Amino acid sequence: MFPSRFDLVVAQSVGEAVEAKADAGEGGRFLAGGQSLIPMMKMRVAFPETLIDINRIAGLDAIEQSNGHLQVGALVRHADVVASDATFGAIAAAAPWVADPLVRNRGTMCGSVAHCDPEGDWNSVLLATGADVVAQGPNGERSISIADFVDGAFTSTLGEDELVVGLRIPVPSGRSGGSYLKLERKVGDYATVAVASHLELDDSGAISAAGLALTSVNPINTKVADAEALLVGQQPSEDLFAEAAELAAAAAEPRDDVRGTAAWKRQVVRTYTKRGLAAAAQQAEGS
Amino acid sequence: MAAPTTPAEIGGIGHSVQRKEDARLIEGQGNFLDDIDLPDTLHMAILRSPLAHARINGIDSSAATAIDGVLAVVTGDLMDQHGLAWMPTLSGDTQAVLATDKVRYQGQEVAAVIATDPYIATDALEHIVVDYEELPPITTPQQSLEEGAALIRDEKEGQTDNLAYTWETGDQGATEEAFAQADRVVTLETHYPRSHPAPLETCGIVADVNSVTGQATIYMTSQAPHAHRTLFAMVAGLPEQNIRIVSPDIGGGFGNKVPIYPGYVVATAASLLIGQPVKWVESRTENLISTGFARDYYMKGELAVTDEGRILGLRVDMLSDQGAFYSDAQPTQFRAGLFHVVTGSYDFPAAHINCKGAFTNKAPGGVAYRCSFRITEASYLIERLVQTAAYEVGIDPAEMRLKNFIQPEQFPYETATGFVYDSGDYPTALRTAMNEVGYEDLRREQAEARAEGRLIGIGIAHFTEAVGAGPSRTYDIAGLKMIDSAELRVHPTGKAILKLGVKTQGQGHETTFAQIVAEVLGIPANDIKVEHGDTDHTPYGLGTYASRSTPVGGAATAVVARKLAEKSKKIAAHLLEAADEDIELASGVFSVAGSPDRSVTIQDVALAAYTNLPEGMEYGLEDVTYYDPPNLTYPYGSYIVVVEVDPDTGVWEVQRMVALDDCGVRINPMIVEGQICGGLTEGFAMSAMQWITFDDDGNCIGANFMDYLVPTAWETPRFELLATEVPSPHHPIGAKGVGESATVGSPAAFVNAVIDAVAHLGVRNIDMPVLPDRVWAAIDAAV
Ligand SMILES: Cc1cc2nc3c(=O)[nH]c(=O)nc-3n(C[C@H](O)[C@H](O)[C@H](O)COP(=O)(O)OP(=O)(O)OC[C@H]3O[C@@H](n4cnc5c(N)ncnc54)[C@H](O)[C@@H]3O)c2cc1C
Repeated sequence: MFPSRFDLVVAQSVGEAVEAKADAGEGGRFLAGGQSLIPMMKMRVAFPETLIDINRIAGLDAIEQSNGHLQVGALVRHADVVASDATFGAIAAAAPWVADPLVRNRGTMCGSVAHCDPEGDWNSVLLATGADVVAQGPNGERSISIADFVDGAFTSTLGEDELVVGLRIPVPSGRSGGSYLKLERKVGDYATVAVASHLELDDSGAISAAGLALTSVNPINTKVADAEALLVGQQPSEDLFAEAAELAAAAAEPRDDVRGTAAWKRQVVRTYTKRGLAAAAQQAEGS
Repeated sequence: MAAPTTPAEIGGIGHSVQRKEDARLIEGQGNFLDDIDLPDTLHMAILRSPLAHARINGIDSSAATAIDGVLAVVTGDLMDQHGLAWMPTLSGDTQAVLATDKVRYQGQEVAAVIATDPYIATDALEHIVVDYEELPPITTPQQSLEEGAALIRDEKEGQTDNLAYTWETGDQGATEEAFAQADRVVTLETHYPRSHPAPLETCGIVADVNSVTGQATIYMTSQAPHAHRTLFAMVAGLPEQNIRIVSPDIGGGFGNKVPIYPGYVVATAASLLIGQPVKWVESRTENLISTGFARDYYMKGELAVTDEGRILGLRVDMLSDQGAFYSDAQPTQFRAGLFHVVTGSYDFPAAHINCKGAFTNKAPGGVAYRCSFRITEASYLIERLVQTAAYEVGIDPAEMRLKNFIQPEQFPYETATGFVYDSGDYPTALRTAMNEVGYEDLRREQAEARAEGRLIGIGIAHFTEAVGAGPSRTYDIAGLKMIDSAELRVHPTGKAILKLGVKTQGQGHETTFAQIVAEVLGIPANDIKVEHGDTDHTPYGLGTYASRSTPVGGAATAVVARKLAEKSKKIAAHLLEAADEDIELASGVFSVAGSPDRSVTIQDVALAAYTNLPEGMEYGLEDVTYYDPPNLTYPYGSYIVVVEVDPDTGVWEVQRMVALDDCGVRINPMIVEGQICGGLTEGFAMSAMQWITFDDDGNCIGANFMDYLVPTAWETPRFELLATEVPSPHHPIGAKGVGESATVGSPAAFVNAVIDAVAHLGVRNIDMPVLPDRVWAAIDAAV
């Protein structure tokens, strides 16, 4: 498989990368881990004229907690997320389920967020936990909430000339728990169905904040807002989670395809929501 | 298991000698097709049809031809001028090399670009303009045989429908009688879906035709280089002495490298016309969408049984999806391979098998993917059917099998469809596997789990294969008898070279076949070089597939080594001044009967063969044997799988897999176990995830490894291996072949296990792959 012709710019700084992107115009594309972009080029479904390699830029590879946030730089690989002890809840649960070990060694969390593949795992997780995407363009830095960032299948609200430099994910201050249940056909497969759950509990044990999002069952990663609203203020219980699961199943609009029927996928959403919320609650109660 | 008769330093039969080929392959010193880099090589890329069925109204290649670095764009019209637009298949059909009239499947070869580098060749494809007129695609054989279906093979004289072949065997009258006597008839309809061998190395060729001498040196990924040389000579009209096929290291074949593909023909023609080497290496997608697929059989099986669970007869109706061309690689006499081995391991008098195949707008191929000519489908059907019958009659599936097995004393056993099984002890095999897995306890656990709402299933498959084709009176491919050969040359220092007609693709021939010689002559296996794949340097043979290498090539090796042993004994007698008939040979030492201290070694004899001979004897120590097997060999095995099914999602997981194999004498037990683990993995793959399917427009779904799911170590269950060893009575060293047993036998065990978990709900069939949504739907429909 041979990609079509392209030029390569190796950026040494964020400024250089942003400038190169502006110079390249529409035919320019950032290259992070290359785990989505390179296969697309080899299959000739993507034909960038200029690749702007950001891998040599210093200072983008940290994953750490500061100021009440988990900060993830643009060059943090999925494998770094797996290995990090700064992660929590749904983030920690999801990391080992992203792709396979080889892909995780190169692919980046920010690249995955920027790519907005509706079958990608990270955007669901971040929709559940909440997160800000930090973007830098010619006119400086701005923050976009993940819910505003994810715009559609393979499209985001990131500007043509902006680079995602990092993610800022709020770290819950009280008791919290999360999970990511993913049904995949084999290791390295995108989700057939996945459910991200995030719960925070107050002192009485009631749910004070809830996040629930679905992967691969809608045209984009989907936050189940009505289920989240239902959960907040309630004591965790099997019945409550079953009710939330019905809302999640109703929010899913899966299609029949080679992975399975729509009816079955909806059933998996239901089951995984129940199990995922229960796992999140259990983790929160033990925290 | 019999103990080895040679010491470990010699490494004869029964020793787990380390694979001699591994170091080279693991350290990157192998020589695969794509490693071959001749001076002035040109590169070929193929334009393939995006549509499943369309008329070609014209091809404009002018823009592509104008690109710098492009030497030629080859179309069907150009091939036609040389009489090469079509080629014969191994099943007596013809197949398009480059399309002239229509495209008949997505991925079909339409044109080829020859350029100075592969990037330019691939770029140029985008500049070829093909004017397609879309025709209705046909994606199932049922659709294909409907009245009024579009005619796919309209170019074929006398072809008025989409029927590819019909074939029947067995005794219809006797079978009807058996069914009339039955207490009940048990029916199972099931589809064995289309699969693809997906070798890690895709197919490729470097064709190097010398414009002065006409000598064509063709490096190609071939499982059957000698047969391919002859077919090249017959198809392309090249004199056979001018064709040398070299099949280098092969990164997996599994049947996919048996056929001759259009790309080979076009690259060779291009090299001939241009006078420079032409290289073509398929991409993964090209390999998956266009080269030899496997299976795609729709089967209906009926068993006539008594209330006690005795099988009286079998009736099978099979419809195969052949794709656009009927190009199964199979023995000429048989239209559906050896599918008629479908009577399995059971003793009953009557069977009738009715087969037909249909053309569809899908890739052709029908190769035996790790399977001896459609035996996988047969074994799957009978093992699923016997389990269904057990449920219907109300007896345990293990008991059902034990009740109907061919008994050890019945061998040689002639089946209702004419195979003569050589040897076996099926009850011992099944009972041994049942003991290992703890069958009775498992049945109890299953009942307890059910009471708690958990679904546990236990699936058995007891398969019998027919491999090692085969006897020349019955088996030929395109007229070439399925014999095979070995040539053995012992050098003066006692080291040897063994040349084979078969060709390894990873099976370990360089080790195993050396061990056969080591066993007979006592030359250490590591002193024997095994050569194969180069038709100028090895004797003729039909190649490696259908588990035939050990049954046929291995037999030839044993026989040629014995010939040299006979000559060696005479030389030893001369050296020891004893009578020929008093010489005994054991582990490389020739001694005189009764006085064991008088001895010489095989190394002494080898030197003498070139220096010091008895009066009148010809110099040298070498010979060649062409082996025509008297019968096929019949390996078998008992597999038991335990699964748990999640009733809420249909997801199932394997908890245990016990696999007992009997492949006769095991030459290298480690290699045998490696083959079995690989085969079990592929069997699991087909049962769980690995299939090629198509949408209604005929688009192939499964065109890359994101869509075509080959399991990794992560998904693959752990296997517990067991063995019994009943030798083949007619094979020179009692071996039966094992390369394919596990792929053949295991899918039914996995599927039977899932069905067993839900059988109490009335579920009798879920087609492969047993995807969780199918399981969930079956449960949902049943409750
Ligand atoms: C075999 C395989 C299996 C996979 N399985 C999964 C899976 O199960 N789940 C899953 O979520 N993903 C999966 N992926 C995708 C993987 O997670 C990718 O790593 C990820 O989608 C992209 O990250 P990357 O760093 O490789 O980005 P690249 O491939 O380099 O880029 C992807 C796109 O994002 C843009 N981009 C990258 N970084 C930035 C940035 N900092 N700012 C702006 N734009 C940027 C690029 O321009 C490009 O358009 C799989 C990939 C493969 C090859």
